[in-house]
Amino acid sequence: MLTLGAVLLLFVVYLLWWTGVETNAAQSRLAGDLGRAVATAPSPPKATGGDASPRGVDPPPPVPATGAPYLDLTIPRLGTDWHWVVVQGVGLPQLALGPGHYPGTVGPGEVGNFAVAGHRSGHGEPFAHLDQMKAGDLVRLSFGSRSWTYRVDKNFITDPSDVGVIDPVPGQPAATPTRRLLTLTTCDPRWGNARRLIVVATLVEGR
Amino acid sequence: MYAALWRMLPGPTVVRAATLLVILALVVLVLFTVVFPWATQFVPGQEVSVD
Repeated sequence: MLTLGAVLLLFVVYLLWWTGVETNAAQSRLAGDLGRAVATAPSPPKATGGDASPRGVDPPPPVPATGAPYLDLTIPRLGTDWHWVVVQGVGLPQLALGPGHYPGTVGPGEVGNFAVAGHRSGHGEPFAHLDQMKAGDLVRLSFGSRSWTYRVDKNFITDPSDVGVIDPVPGQPAATPTRRLLTLTTCDPRWGNARRLIVVATLVEGR
Repeated sequence: MYAALWRMLPGPTVVRAATLLVILALVVLVLFTVVFPWATQFVPGQEVSVD
């Protein structure tokens, strides 16, 4: 019994602490990979006004392979040093590396819904305090010199099956999007998974 | 169980204690690198995406 208790205690230590150590190591590696991706990315075509972006929205970077770094994410509300590399994919192997971009959702700055999932406990818990986000808070994405700033509209709690939150027009799967949205999803409560915490933001156009 | 292990180990007390520490370290290493990563998939409360 003593042995079993010790192993369980070690497992808790592993989940709460060691997964974070591993995620931090992965983030260091991903930051380096992202820097190289920025350096080798084809220079962006000039932002055109053709797709209803008269004030110039930076073009999105190429979509990376699953598990590869996509772009940088910073949220001032969560701390001045709060900075994560977003990877492509929302499977548990990808989310163990950092916040993940939902495949099938648009790229940054594009018309539609750029959706990202992240852990709220364990694995570095990037979205631990996502519940503190308030309307008006800024969410910044960047890829080298390209950047996209979103302003939070609202946050709310929903069911895990509410896939409509990552639709191009949330809740309207068939609708044609006209707005440039960003959606963050994580679990709620923090140590459970009964519900989902959702943060929705809209691109601040112009730079 | 641990008394039997202690009797099985050769050498004086100091050597036995050192051997035990090495065994313990190996067990923890295997737990952290093999067993726990595998067991993580059965831990509820990790789903953060909508699907």
